[in-house]
Amino acid sequence: MSDHAVAASGTEDNNSTPRLWGGGRQPLGASYGKLMMWFFLLSDALTFSGFLTAYGLMRFKFSESWPTAEAVFTHFPYVQGEQPLLYVALMTFILIMSSVTMVLAVDAGHRNQRNSVVLWMGLTIVGGFFFLGSQAWEWYHFIIGDKGSVQLADGRVMYVANAEGSRISLAELVEGHASHGHHAHYTDAQVREAFDKTQGLQLLPPGKSGEVIPAAQSKALVRSAKAVQGANMTRNEYGSPLFANFFFFITGFHGFHVFSGVVINIVIFINVIMGTYARRGHYEMIEKVGLYWHFVDLVWVFVFTFFYLV
Amino acid sequence: MSHGIGESEHHESPEGTRWIWVVFWILLGITGVEVALGIIKPAFLMQKILGTSALNILFILLTLVKAYYIVAFFMHLKYERKNMIWTISLPALILIPYLAFVILTEGGYINAIMR
Repeated sequence: MSDHAVAASGTEDNNSTPRLWGGGRQPLGASYGKLMMWFFLLSDALTFSGFLTAYGLMRFKFSESWPTAEAVFTHFPYVQGEQPLLYVALMTFILIMSSVTMVLAVDAGHRNQRNSVVLWMGLTIVGGFFFLGSQAWEWYHFIIGDKGSVQLADGRVMYVANAEGSRISLAELVEGHASHGHHAHYTDAQVREAFDKTQGLQLLPPGKSGEVIPAAQSKALVRSAKAVQGANMTRNEYGSPLFANFFFFITGFHGFHVFSGVVINIVIFINVIMGTYARRGHYEMIEKVGLYWHFVDLVWVFVFTFFYLV
Repeated sequence: MSHGIGESEHHESPEGTRWIWVVFWILLGITGVEVALGIIKPAFLMQKILGTSALNILFILLTLVKAYYIVAFFMHLKYERKNMIWTISLPALILIPYLAFVILTEGGYINAIMR
């Protein structure tokens, strides 16, 4: 009798008062799993805002040397010439599309249609792989570089421009014509010599607010400059090295989210095929991974805006 | 709309799959407009407002519209209970703009004193 008295906490009273703390209720109208997924996504959203605002801080701080996206991401597979924005637009389309197939999977789950869930989950996974592949392609082109630039002795990265003020690549500078297909590397000496021989070349700042260096001064500065081609953690032909660091970190962190999303989707996909949720009687698990997948899409919408548009 | 579990609290979830494609076309349309504006950069949108171009303000607004459609419809938040909606959205709506305001103001200030 005495241990019964200790265990009594007032929550399991047998009169008519509502058992507020007795469990079995969903105060927010969502199951525990869904609620915890939402809280995780909220904290993840704050993490990503931390990254993106840090990016903004550095972009404002180094606005003279911060590259504009249209000078960085200009390639589209099998299409010649400058195609700013089109490739990321395609990546956005892939991710939105895979969000749609995920909603259709959730919808099919509501109707307990196992084969439909298998179809739509499968297509969502395919979309995820397409996105990851696109991102790998973009990283590859970012890393090997495009036009190349020069880094002055004081560390500033500058673009080479002809007498009319339009940018030329290092290939055009050294060889006199654009390189097609191959990606040649030029030594510091080659670039300095070619710059010295050509009349009227100027140096352009990568950022919107920097100033163009006039020809005479440019010639003097390039005598001690280095050639920069491609981007890595320490050198970046597009402008401030921090731009490359943030690019790798933020799109990499987002890409890692996509990757883990694909892995989780595959696990759930296998469970659907094995009939785990059919036996359970409901497909709520699809809703939970669906929330995560849409969140990945949501973050991309912001990365798209702040890395490529603004 | 009586399927699955935990549906008792859902407020009139949309039926069928038509709404999914409506949201899809809205998201795609907005993205298309953003890309077109980003390539054309119309002159009348390049004037300065609030420290940046009108075009950038427009991009951010369009992004927020897209974010609303993803969260409200794809993530189904619009059809959750009111207390659930506010529990999730208020922290984000308060903290993220606050963080952005403080950090970006600081960035502009650092730039100004470095010149």
